Amino acid sequence: MNAIFEKLALYLAYPFVRYALIVGVLIALCSSLLGVTLVLKRFSFIGDGLSHVAFGAMAVAAILGIKNEMPLVMLITVLCAVLLLRTGQNTKIKGDAAIAMISVGALAVGYLLMNLFSTSSNLSGDVCSTLFGSTSILTLTETEVFLSVGFSVAVIAAFIFFYHKIFAVTFDENFARATGTRAGLYNLLISVIVAVIIVLAMNLVGSLLISALIIFPALSAMRVFRSFRSVTIASAIIAVFSAFLGILISILAGTPVGSTIVVVQIFVFFLSVLANKIIKGASK
Amino acid sequence: MALLTCQDLSVGYDGKAVLGPLNFSVNAGEYLSIVGENGAGKSTLMKTLLGLQPPVAGKILTDEEFSHREIGYLPQQTAVQKDFPASVREIVLSGCQGRCGFRPFYNAEEIARAVGAMEEMQIDDLASRCYRELSGGQQQRVLLARALCATRKMLLLDEPTSGLDPKVTEEMYTLIERLNKKDGITVIMISHDIRAALRYADRILHIGKRVFYGTPEDYLKSPDGKLFFAVEGGEER
Repeated sequence: MNAIFEKLALYLAYPFVRYALIVGVLIALCSSLLGVTLVLKRFSFIGDGLSHVAFGAMAVAAILGIKNEMPLVMLITVLCAVLLLRTGQNTKIKGDAAIAMISVGALAVGYLLMNLFSTSSNLSGDVCSTLFGSTSILTLTETEVFLSVGFSVAVIAAFIFFYHKIFAVTFDENFARATGTRAGLYNLLISVIVAVIIVLAMNLVGSLLISALIIFPALSAMRVFRSFRSVTIASAIIAVFSAFLGILISILAGTPVGSTIVVVQIFVFFLSVLANKIIKGASK
Repeated sequence: MALLTCQDLSVGYDGKAVLGPLNFSVNAGEYLSIVGENGAGKSTLMKTLLGLQPPVAGKILTDEEFSHREIGYLPQQTAVQKDFPASVREIVLSGCQGRCGFRPFYNAEEIARAVGAMEEMQIDDLASRCYRELSGGQQQRVLLARALCATRKMLLLDEPTSGLDPKVTEEMYTLIERLNKKDGITVIMISHDIRAALRYADRILHIGKRVFYGTPEDYLKSPDGKLFFAVEGGEER
């Protein structure tokens, strides 16, 4: 046991490890916030769809030789998010198909472009790290850390500020619209926040695993808690805990960061299913 | 004084009318029942009245002091709400959202309003319960309390008793009647239940192949009203 702590202390002395922890935990926290809304609006796969768009955008940025690709990727992803979520709850099925279409389309185009115009000698390595995140969280520059922290804080602030409006629009969009809430505006806001989260989270878990960060904490919390506020708080706590533990394990065991975090979240999910069973059993 | 007047109103989707032209008006304090077969366009009409979709033709005129913000709405349940983790208090309070504008949090007056609405609907003891664990009748009371938070002028109710058992249905009608008669809230109700419409409403709008608008007494003399009693056997008069 002591050996593990010594090893941990040794790693934590490196700034890049500390950066990874801070950024990782913040990103996981942001991703979990809108999870409840997206799951309930039947948009669980929006994360997948948009992250593939972000993947395509990254490929374009790489070809154009842009060093700091975040602004471009962010812009393209936000635009697609607005397009996808604009339809709202009245055209659920169309939204589903639209996500599938844009997601695989962007993935194919992105990979094709990377293949055709690649300047790197390790193409499959590049693709793999974009898809699964691999170690890029451990190679963040100071600028990227500040950028990520800044965006995370903005996302959390926006969520708290618009919390009641997001609730009203998620629970009953038609009622909100009919009684004078600007539902369209808040749907737009939700899509922009989602897009920002996804671009941020690509560094952490890569584009294939982002949906996990968004939906697992929410689904776990929904098993145990019964009000919107308690579910939101619980999913934030679960997300922070899983990210923290996942990053520590991955550093100690040398496993890929993203998938380790997701495995921890899966584990938490099963724990909460169990907790739900016990609570139900006790109340009977 | 008419709060809401429909002039040659046609409703439908994408410029195609499914219903209309309709001419009717709703006075303050009145109880209007909209009845008609499935697919006649009841829900489309309701969405148009709520301003969720534009009319295909014709006009909806409202009283000067009356706006869409002052219509409370009791919708049919959506699939999303069936597994939504939310407490009764949170849902009722969300009825005040329209008053908030860009203000991020509810103020004391809005919270008091929500508490009052819950007491009126006799669900104050359920305030911290989870919505999806309530019975159908309790859920409808929660949504009615939410609508009361939005306004106390006009309520639009979309099949408020569908899926409820007869006893709870009767309670629901009594509750709505009290809001109409005692509190003077204007009620527009979409319903399958012609018998209840005849009993409670001041005006009936029957939509379908033939359109009827008038009092319950006149409705009974109309072809559709006669048809209804031919089928039902005219009991319980």
